[in-house]
Amino acid sequence: MASGIKDRVAILGMGCSRFGERWDMDANGLMVEAFMEAIEDAGIDVTQIDAAWLGVGLDTTSIGPSGVPLSVALRLPNIPCTKVENYCASGTESFRGAVYAVASGAADIALAMGVEKLKDTGYGGLPARPRGAFPDATLANSTAPGQFAQIASAYSAKHGIPRDDLKRAIAHVSVKSHANGAKNPKAHLRKPITEEQAIGAPMIAEPLGLFDCCGVSDGAACAIVTTPEIARRLGKTDLVTVKALQVAASNGWEAEGSGWDGSYFHTTRIASARAYKEAGITNPQKEISLTEVHDCFSITELVTMEDLGLSEEGRAVHDVMDGKFDADGAIPCQIDGGLKCFGHPIGASGIRMIYENYLQLLGRAGERQRETPPVNALSHNLGGFPNLNICAVAIVGMH
Amino acid sequence: MTSIIAFGAYVPRRRLQREAAVASLSWFNAALAAHARGERAIAGWDEDAITMAVEAARDCVGEGARQTVRKLILASTSLPYADRQNAGIVKEALNLPDAVGALDVTGSQRAGTSALIAALESAGSGNAVLCVAAERRRAKVASEAELNYGDGGAAILVGTGPGLADLIGHHSHTIDFADHFRATDQPFDYEWEGRWIRDEGYAKIVPAAIGAALESFGVGADAIDRFVMAAPIRGIDKSVAKAAGIKAEAVQDNLQDRLGTAGCAQPLILLAHALETAAPGELLLVAAFGQGCDTLLFRVTDAIGTRAANMGVSGWLDRRKAEDNYIRHLYFAGALTLDGGMRAEADQRTPPSMLYRHRRSLLALIGGRCTKTGTIQFPPSQISVAQNERAIGTQEEYPLAERRARIATFTADSLVYTPDPPGCYGLVEFEGGGRMTVDFTDVDAETLEVGQPMRMMFRIKRNDVDRGFKHYFWKAVPDYRAEA
Repeated sequence: MASGIKDRVAILGMGCSRFGERWDMDANGLMVEAFMEAIEDAGIDVTQIDAAWLGVGLDTTSIGPSGVPLSVALRLPNIPCTKVENYCASGTESFRGAVYAVASGAADIALAMGVEKLKDTGYGGLPARPRGAFPDATLANSTAPGQFAQIASAYSAKHGIPRDDLKRAIAHVSVKSHANGAKNPKAHLRKPITEEQAIGAPMIAEPLGLFDCCGVSDGAACAIVTTPEIARRLGKTDLVTVKALQVAASNGWEAEGSGWDGSYFHTTRIASARAYKEAGITNPQKEISLTEVHDCFSITELVTMEDLGLSEEGRAVHDVMDGKFDADGAIPCQIDGGLKCFGHPIGASGIRMIYENYLQLLGRAGERQRETPPVNALSHNLGGFPNLNICAVAIVGMH
Repeated sequence: MTSIIAFGAYVPRRRLQREAAVASLSWFNAALAAHARGERAIAGWDEDAITMAVEAARDCVGEGARQTVRKLILASTSLPYADRQNAGIVKEALNLPDAVGALDVTGSQRAGTSALIAALESAGSGNAVLCVAAERRRAKVASEAELNYGDGGAAILVGTGPGLADLIGHHSHTIDFADHFRATDQPFDYEWEGRWIRDEGYAKIVPAAIGAALESFGVGADAIDRFVMAAPIRGIDKSVAKAAGIKAEAVQDNLQDRLGTAGCAQPLILLAHALETAAPGELLLVAAFGQGCDTLLFRVTDAIGTRAANMGVSGWLDRRKAEDNYIRHLYFAGALTLDGGMRAEADQRTPPSMLYRHRRSLLALIGGRCTKTGTIQFPPSQISVAQNERAIGTQEEYPLAERRARIATFTADSLVYTPDPPGCYGLVEFEGGGRMTVDFTDVDAETLEVGQPMRMMFRIKRNDVDRGFKHYFWKAVPDYRAEA
């Protein structure tokens, strides 16, 4: 394996727009909002940025093709702008582009932007979009909640967990995220809910009810990265560096091969194992102190705890109910509200997760700040469907 | 000797309760109360004459025997395409060899029997002909036809014996008696007065045709053991039999109370139904009325007792779900526009070039088997999906349509747009290997479970109403032969 990028890239500054139904803004405005915070945090001038990446999930509804919209919105000085798209993992993919540019030495300072303008579709939930002529002609007529809901059926069957017990555990996942989101002024959904509300909510895709599904939001998040040396030269003292950045893409085995039982995320297991290795982490339960995971649906978060090695296989229901991942638990998950309540502007989400981990590491997370700032914080950004997806895992920590 | 080698049928699962329809309509037409008895078969939103023909043919001919078929004849007056061979789509779905003749027969309520006669005439030594008839006729809301029509299909495989029933003879009269008509560009039948149809049409044309036929066969009417004729007018089969000199007890169940009248497919459905209980040596007469009359006479052979088990008309009739939601019937029948929300606006276009390239996968559900690793997969690919063994160019065709499967994951999706919510789908694994995440149909969401046995059915996946194109694919249904 390559030597990896541990500690070769530092975060110079980050920004995040307010997430939500931003009827007041299109993608350009959201990008500017996130960028203004990031560049102020970085303490540099826009002309010091050498290259930029833009992560967008649904460019046709959101912003149009290419990296040009980013360059136009920020009036960048004709530097390279690259648009990346990897489903809902587009944000982390954008971050990876900027980090790799710095790690390679091709750029001193690089920018990663993630953005999505979803609330011009005219309806709730994610917009339906084509998946290619042949896939559209064969794949089930489905939605995102329906795709992820299937994990629950297989997980219940595999571990012998009655449907209603699992339903209560995933309700706890959402109740926890709502409680966290209430403390986050930038979050889309800021109202606490009860377990009974979650369980009794209208059914979206069996067994996922309304409160098992994340917010569909507008928003943008931005990171500016450089080398630790340049960061110190620019006057930064507390440095957050990238410990690991790994991506694993499905190759069709889960969907078309045989062996995958539908109850877990194959790529998450691979990407997290690679990330732990890159970061030199041997016992994630001890060495990861905070996570932001891709809780597009409550069941995703629950199962992901096992795939990341933070729960033993088949034990996530118990760990969730025991509060292990609550804000005051052993390894808090979605302390900012997560996709569930901070919101899920597709292309922005991966960078938003890193933004929260960055704030928590630096002790800048305000009312929701973890008392003992974490040492290593992990973000998990998943795009696609349980049987065909791309998983990005990023670990950031103090240098 | 030309014989019926095998027969099969298909009846869609939902049965409209006529009482429920009449309850919604009697304010408008009180006379409909006379048609409130029993139930009629109604196709799902994702079924049409082609899909029902495919299912009837699958019920008739197993995978192996299909290789003997040299010609496929499809009869229907409700074919989805005016110009794109409908039988050609059925041929692909059945995975028949390319070297097969195919013919659409339409234009009359006799189309089913005329197709069967054409099949019997063209069958020869080693040349089996598959005759399929299926019908999904539209009817005006609040018409008698809406209550009396039924949806379904039947398939008859004919060839030189030994078979289940030998053809003694056939006979046709052609007379332009416009009891009803449907113009090429019109969705509905226009029907003249029933009393005239009964007295001038059935009562005069059919007994005369039967008499002429029996005379040419050299068989007396009183020798007929089973008489099969569709009865869209109540009791018309019995009165025709009486006029023709056929004994009353020979008249077979016309299925009007359980299925309705499936247009030109009805005589073949009734023939298949009669054969299910027929005894060796019996004489079976089929008559079909429609701008004249077709007559066919068969003698049942000893082989009828040892025929292969299939669903048959009886099996499909028993696989039923009562439908007392008249509004849902109207929607499925295309008689009502419901607000499906913006998700229903998605473009449903299917590129024909893509469809042709993948026709084996899309229409026949052919997967791939890696000759190196034995891995079975759908769809086939240049590089095998087998983990750790990226064999290139090793795939051979592996048909999946007739394999049983089990549910590995599932959901019932209330967000997705489907005419029949909630949208149920999941990952199914085929016995022997292979898997796919696929739409379910004919399911009750609350009964789904991991491990549940399923079978595949040929259905409409997308209906591109803007362009008049139907995209067909396979869906999983609860295994209707789980006990078999």
